[in-house]
Amino acid sequence: MLRTIRAFEERVHVEYAEGNIPGATHLYAGQEAIAAGCCAELRPDDYISSTHRGHGHAIAKGADLTRMMMELFGREGGVCRGKGGSMHIADFSVGMLGANGIAGGGVPIGCGVGLSAKVRGTDQVGVAFVGDGGANQGAFLESLSLASVWQLPVVFVVEDNGYAQATASKYHLRGLDVARRGEAFGIPGAVVDGCDFFAVRDAAVEAVRRARSGGGPSIIDCKTARFFGHMEGFDQQAYRGSGEAEKLRAERDCIQRFTASVTGAGLVSPEEFDAIDREVADEIARAAEAAKAAADPDPAELLTDVYVSY
Amino acid sequence: MERMLTYVQAIGEAMSQEMSRDPSVVSFGEDNIGGMGCDGKLGNAWGPTQGLHEKFPDRIFDTPITEAAFVGAAVGAAASGLRPVVDLLFADFMGVAFDQLINQAAKLRYMFGGQGTAPLVVRTFYGAGMRGGAQHSQSLYSLVTHVPGLKVVVPSNPYDAKGLMTQAIRDEDPVIYFEHKMLYWTPGEVPEEPYTVPFGQSRLVRSGTDCTVVALGRMVGFAETAAEELAAGGVSIEIIDPRTISPLDEDSIYRSVEKTGRLVVVDESPPRCSVARDIVALVAENRFEALRGPARTVNTPHTPVPYSPALEDRYIPGPDSIVRAVLEAVEAGGWNGRRQDRLAGTQSPVA
Repeated sequence: MLRTIRAFEERVHVEYAEGNIPGATHLYAGQEAIAAGCCAELRPDDYISSTHRGHGHAIAKGADLTRMMMELFGREGGVCRGKGGSMHIADFSVGMLGANGIAGGGVPIGCGVGLSAKVRGTDQVGVAFVGDGGANQGAFLESLSLASVWQLPVVFVVEDNGYAQATASKYHLRGLDVARRGEAFGIPGAVVDGCDFFAVRDAAVEAVRRARSGGGPSIIDCKTARFFGHMEGFDQQAYRGSGEAEKLRAERDCIQRFTASVTGAGLVSPEEFDAIDREVADEIARAAEAAKAAADPDPAELLTDVYVSY
Repeated sequence: MERMLTYVQAIGEAMSQEMSRDPSVVSFGEDNIGGMGCDGKLGNAWGPTQGLHEKFPDRIFDTPITEAAFVGAAVGAAASGLRPVVDLLFADFMGVAFDQLINQAAKLRYMFGGQGTAPLVVRTFYGAGMRGGAQHSQSLYSLVTHVPGLKVVVPSNPYDAKGLMTQAIRDEDPVIYFEHKMLYWTPGEVPEEPYTVPFGQSRLVRSGTDCTVVALGRMVGFAETAAEELAAGGVSIEIIDPRTISPLDEDSIYRSVEKTGRLVVVDESPPRCSVARDIVALVAENRFEALRGPARTVNTPHTPVPYSPALEDRYIPGPDSIVRAVLEAVEAGGWNGRRQDRLAGTQSPVA
C-alpha cells in the first residue's frame, strides 16, 4: 500500500510535468504511513472524509487506481466521470466520501458519518482526515465540540506535514500539538510519528476500537513530511530552507523506515520487496496508459448530476 | 371537513409524519428539542418540533452552537444513509455554515460524478417584521438560489408549508426551506393525511387580465390585499406564487405574461441580484414580445434591515408598494390602449 501510493504520486508528478494532467493537483508523497496505517484498521463499510491531498486516502481505502488516474486526466471513465479531478477524488463504493477543496471542510462530514452509524445502530466508524492548516478552521473545532457532545464514533486524523500551503505549522500552531485541542472537549488524543507506519497503526487500532465500541471520538495527531510542494506546477517551495526537502527524503521517508524494520525483523525479504515494487510499477503504468487512452467526457456531461431530479 | 393548522403546525406535522414513515429521517439543530441537558423541556423556540422528541427519542437532537459542524454533519449523514432535517434557526446564521451549504452539500452530487446524493433539508426562518435587527431579519433566499445544486423553497401558506416540507424530506437533493417568521401563526386549511407539493410547480393564487404579479412567501398575502384595492379601481391582476425558486416554474410565469402583457415581481430581499430581478430578466430574454411595457420589481431598499418600527415598517414591501408598481406597469404598458383593443375585440392572445 505504501509503495502503491508513492508510485502513484511519483507518476502523477511526471504526468503533470508533461502536461497530461490539466489542473489542481496536491501530492501525498511522504505521508503514506498515515493513510495506510489508518485505513488498514478500517472495514470496507467504514467511511472516510479527506483533505485536498486525497489520493493516498482513496488508494488506502481501496479506490480503483485506473479510474483514479483517469479522473486526474479529466477523462470519461474517471471515478468522478471527469467532474472532480484530483482535488475532489472520491470513491463512494469503498466509503471514500471525497477529497475536499476547502481546508477543514471534510471534517463535519466525518461527524455526519458517525451520526449516521449511531442512529442506524451499526458499528461503522467515520475517519476525518485534516491537515495542520485545516485544524485551525472553525469547522474543525466545531466538529470536535459536536462529536464530543454526541459521542460520535469518529476518529480525527491530523496530518501535520509542517506546512499549511507555505505557512509553517510551527508558526500557525504556535508549536502546540493539535491533539491537545481535544482535551478542551474531553476527546482523547495521541501524538505519533506520522512517518512511522507502526506508530500510526497502533494509534489507529486504539482509536477505531474506541469508536466502534461506543467510546466516542479520538484524535490522532501525526507529524509527517510533505515531499513535494503544496501543489503541482505553481509551488517552487521557496519557503523551505535549502536542502530541507532532500533531508526529509533521506531521514523521514516512511517507506524506507517500514522496509528497514520489516526486513530487519526478517518478516519480508528484500527480494520480496523488489517483486512488490515491480508489481506496483506495472499496475501504475497500466493505469497511466489507460488514462491516456481514455476518451474525454461527452460535452453533455456538463449538465448532468446537478440534481437527482429537477 | 376542513381542518385548520397554523403554518408552524403544518411544518411540524409534515416532519412528524415523515419521521413515522421513514426511520432514516432524523432532525437536529440548535434548540431543536430545546432543553437537552436540562431538567425541563423548552419544546422548541418556535414550536414545529414540539412533541417530536417524545415520539422519536433516538432521532431528534439538540446541537451545540456549531452551524458549520452540524450542517456539515448533515451532509455526511445524508451521504451515508440518513435523511437529516436540520434546524438552522435564523437564516442570518447561514453565513456561519456557508461553506457546508455551498461547497459541500450543493456540490456533492456533481463534483463526485453522481456517485452519491445529499438528501438533507435545512429549515431556516427568514424575513423582517419582528424588530429583529439587521442580523436576525434577512431574506437570504436569493443568495442560495444562485448556487446550482441547492433547491430553494419559500412556502407562503400552511397547506404549501406541509406539502413542500414532505416533498423536501423525500427529495434526493439538498433543500433549503425558508419559513417566514411572520407567517408562523397564520392559520389555513391543511389535510391530515400526508401529501406532497411538487417542486417547480407554481400556484395560481388569483386569475386576472391586466398584469401578472409574481410574489414570494409573505409577499403573496400582500399581493392579494393589493389585488382587492386594484380591483376596486378596475385593474385586474393575476397572482403567481412560485413556491420554489430553485427549481422555478418559468412556464407558468411566461403563460401569464403572454396573457396579461405586464409583469410585477415582488420579493422581500434587497434588489441587486434578487429573485425579482432574475424573473424579470428571464421574461425579458424569453418573452420580450409579450410585454406591453417595462416590467417592475418590488424589493426592499438596498440596505440592511433596520430595527426601529418607524424604519422597519417602511423597509418591508407592502400592499401599497405593490399597488403602485402595478399601476406604473399598466400605465406604462398602454392601459388605455389595451382597453381600446378590447373594445375593438383585438386584444392579444390569451393562453
